[in-house]
Amino acid sequence: MVNSATNFGRSGVQDWMVQRVSAYVLALYTLFLLGFVLFTNVTYETWSGLFAQTWFRVFSLLALLSIGAHAWIGLWTVTTDYVKAATPRFLVQAACGLTMFVYVVWGVQILWGQ
Amino acid sequence: MLVSLYRYNPETDNAPYMQDIELDVPEGRDLMVLDVITLLKEKDPTIAFRRSCREGVCGSDGMNMNGKNGLGCITPLSEVVKKNKLVLRPLPGLPVIRDLVVDMSLFYKQYEKVMPYLMNDKPAPAIERLQSPEEREKLDGLYECILCACCSTACPSFWWNPDKFIGPAGLLQAYRFLADSRDTAQEERLSHLDDPFSVFRCRGIMNCVSVCPKGLNPTRAIGHIRNLLLQRAT
Repeated sequence: MVNSATNFGRSGVQDWMVQRVSAYVLALYTLFLLGFVLFTNVTYETWSGLFAQTWFRVFSLLALLSIGAHAWIGLWTVTTDYVKAATPRFLVQAACGLTMFVYVVWGVQILWGQ
Repeated sequence: MLVSLYRYNPETDNAPYMQDIELDVPEGRDLMVLDVITLLKEKDPTIAFRRSCREGVCGSDGMNMNGKNGLGCITPLSEVVKKNKLVLRPLPGLPVIRDLVVDMSLFYKQYEKVMPYLMNDKPAPAIERLQSPEEREKLDGLYECILCACCSTACPSFWWNPDKFIGPAGLLQAYRFLADSRDTAQEERLSHLDDPFSVFRCRGIMNCVSVCPKGLNPTRAIGHIRNLLLQRAT
């Protein structure tokens, strides 16, 4: 058993599962947006109409949280592989975490703000 | 044939270097790499390497031959030599003691972690613990490992975290005991593997499968362990 305090979940299994599930969410979201852009005449009205619907806001929020978790697990793994000294590794991890937190909060504001 | 050999003697050398040696290989038969090293040692007795059974059973002469890990004793020259050149290096990722001899301590430490012995809390039967042929069959492809370390030292996840990631060899043995019908400590074993490093550092690139001199498949065993961990946690 290797102890770790900086990974996303409480265990390796949880990280693994979050990584897989969030990947599916992101794939679905990407495919949907791609389909929308390809098969709809994208204007300001259609675009803001899409984002005005609650189900799409929920879907977007889900994708936003997914990318936050997905990026955290991925970048945490990269830092534990390649940044060997503890202090710089923690600083890089903290910077990544802060960036993701800012994006998530900002994204919520864009989606649900007035 | 030109042999480029990794040399390092910490008592006399400041740094490792590659020594190029021209060698006349006897015609008409396909020598094994270990035979070539033995010929080299006749010329230069200071060359250090490990060997014992010389037939792929003991797992002592794991080394890196033209970029691929394997056992020198069962790797014929016809299989590895490219453009009449053979580059021999120690197994990657482990500290070198001298020439082709590496310090396997970290490898064994990871092996120890998986508790590679049968644990059973039931009273011992009068004669022996029996297994059905089907139960025994589950151990095929697992028990044959000779711990030569070719797989673990071909694994980038093990290179980056040899102190935390158990590595393919250790995990193959972990599953060998998880799959054993006579073992009753599955829960305890799994509880030691449920962290982000021990098992989950495996990225499934299958270097271990491509180098295993016994043709075993550690990636599949790791997949089975992951499924057991998932079942336990959902």
